[in-house]
Amino acid sequence: MALTREQIAKRVAMELQDGYYVNLGIGIPTLVANYVPEGIEVMLQSENGLLGMGPYPSESQVDADMINAGKETVTAAKGAAIFNSAESFAMIRGGHVDLTVLGAFEVDQNGNIASWMIHNKLVKGMGGAMDLVAGAKKIICTLTHANKHGESKLLSECSLPLTGVGCINKVITDLALIEIKDGAFHLLERAPGVSVEEIKAKTAGKLVISESVKIMSVD
Amino acid sequence: MAGFDKVVVSYDEAMAGLEDGMTVIAGGFGLCGIPEGLIAQIKRQGTRDLTVVSNNCGVDGFGLGVLLEDKQISKMVASYVGENALFEQQLLSGELEVELTPQGTLAEKMRAGGAGIPAFYTATGVGTPVAEGKETRNINGRDYLLEPSIIGDFAIVKAWKADRYGNCIYRHTAMNFNPMAATAGKITVLEVEEIVEPGELEPSQIHTPGIYIDRVIKGEFEKRIEKVTTQAAKL
Repeated sequence: MALTREQIAKRVAMELQDGYYVNLGIGIPTLVANYVPEGIEVMLQSENGLLGMGPYPSESQVDADMINAGKETVTAAKGAAIFNSAESFAMIRGGHVDLTVLGAFEVDQNGNIASWMIHNKLVKGMGGAMDLVAGAKKIICTLTHANKHGESKLLSECSLPLTGVGCINKVITDLALIEIKDGAFHLLERAPGVSVEEIKAKTAGKLVISESVKIMSVD
Repeated sequence: MAGFDKVVVSYDEAMAGLEDGMTVIAGGFGLCGIPEGLIAQIKRQGTRDLTVVSNNCGVDGFGLGVLLEDKQISKMVASYVGENALFEQQLLSGELEVELTPQGTLAEKMRAGGAGIPAFYTATGVGTPVAEGKETRNINGRDYLLEPSIIGDFAIVKAWKADRYGNCIYRHTAMNFNPMAATAGKITVLEVEEIVEPGELEPSQIHTPGIYIDRVIKGEFEKRIEKVTTQAAKL
């Protein structure tokens, strides 16, 4: 069975390490915050200028001056810091953020990512995504393995305009966990009940099947 | 308004000198921390053919979005403009030009502009459409783009509290682009929730020193929220 959005988020969360500063993108990446493993502490960075993002506020805590990069009302966690946009991107571009998790339309076997422009659709903008992929120490990209027509999003070469070049090294999809290196996708884990053959069929780029493909743990 | 007393009492005074064709840098992120009254004044003045530099362009009917209603903006420099039907319409009809700029590059363009740095190199955008027409240089084995900085004829900024010298502090994440914008205007106008006596703000806690500020006006703010999310309404 393909993973649900929540299960993808859970698997991503297993990549978190104690003491990480993490930036989560919109969509599935946002859900990762719900599954931080017990016993580890991470600090969430929101690029509008908040390090230490807390949960959504209660009705009475809602404050127009306290939002996240998705423009949602949030709270500040204990130990949070608030700063201006240049400072926020100094920590992103200066390589101080340990991990960024973001969605994409396409990734390719050379680690390129396309996440902000679709042909024949009005472009809304890249927001902070180009800065994040250029600057974070580690990047995990989450997306469904194929679109609803069954066409692969893991390509030999991205067809859409890029967000960043050669920057993605880990991809977690609804079917698999894949590492990108040496110009190929390396299959490390498959979702429970998903066959290696299905993953092969739905990966358009070069796929290397590792000797021991593990089954993802997403309970 | 005289000497170090930068307080003005009318919006006409606050935005005096703004002319057609000028560049206006605006602070704010979405609808958070935007100079609501100064935007309304630009609408009232009817200034046209403006280049507006801001992370976003408000929403239909609020924030910078109101300047689209009478087609006052001819060019928008922003990182994300997705929340606005009128924007989309004018972009498609060719009445509005947009220069999409990565958010960190945009913040740095303002910061650099205000700091007298004409351009800077950054890895952001290398190999993407943002790089088109820009100088790329390899420094220590990595490619970087040369990005020119931005200076505005006007900067419009929203802060929480200021004194008459223009020293100010921002509240929570309403800070965002405001401190950058404040430094990058030939004329910087600050709209605040509260004007306090000089000395009330702790000198070491001031976010933007008054040297960057030309005019201060006390505003009334609606503070509209784009997305109210609460614990009750979970992710």
